[in-house]
Amino acid sequence: MLKLRRELVCQEMVELITDYLEGALSRAQRRRFETHLAGCENCTEYLKQMRATINATGRLRAEDLTPEMRAEFGDLYRRWRSEED
Amino acid sequence: MELVSRYHASLLRLARIYVASSAVAEEVAQDTWLAVLRGLDSFAERSTFKTWLLQIAVNRARSTGVREHRSVSIGDAGPAVDASRFDFSGAWMSPPQHWVEDSDDRLSADALAAVIGAALNNLPQRQREVVLLRDVDGLSGREVCEVLEISEANQRVLLHRSRSRLRQAIEADLGGG
Repeated sequence: MLKLRRELVCQEMVELITDYLEGALSRAQRRRFETHLAGCENCTEYLKQMRATINATGRLRAEDLTPEMRAEFGDLYRRWRSEED
Repeated sequence: MELVSRYHASLLRLARIYVASSAVAEEVAQDTWLAVLRGLDSFAERSTFKTWLLQIAVNRARSTGVREHRSVSIGDAGPAVDASRFDFSGAWMSPPQHWVEDSDDRLSADALAAVIGAALNNLPQRQREVVLLRDVDGLSGREVCEVLEISEANQRVLLHRSRSRLRQAIEADLGGG
């Protein structure tokens, strides 16, 4: 765990970002995260990029997944079926 | 049966993520319903029907084939951003370039989808499952934990690594950073 009271640095920020977005930070951690964010343009940009990434991923359709990936799961499924029968 | 019409589309959509054709997806969905009917008695303690249903569907695909991936742990342990981009104090040295606003101009929706699709393909299996269910299929964190039978902490770690990788992939494609 990170020690309290010390200011967060950017390198720690990028690792805490998911916990922040998931609401999994303690109140004290959250305050430190937001304090850093308020004074750091680069981490603000990074957060914006993570949100943009999540949004873009949310717009994927099945057709956007690579054939290899779909084949992988299709294969698993067919094997499961053949064992089941 | 009202339940079926209510959830069948969602089940098909999930199955369609994993399998190559809509015909196979339809088979997965139908098999899942059969399993549901057989196991309906065990449903009582589950929190939501939907997560129980998806759990069955995911387990179908996994139960045999993932055996060889059994050793798959939480995935690679690399940092969200390469350490070389920070200075000795941990501050950005090579900060993220601005691309959110103009990514639409520089990359069509189709091209962006292709970049993300390819990056998803390269993720370790556990990471891919979590990010597919969370960000593509839109399940909540709690639902993903139930479907994949993992802890909330693990879910967050897997989600963090996968989302960080996907951001990296977009950045690399746009030539930033």
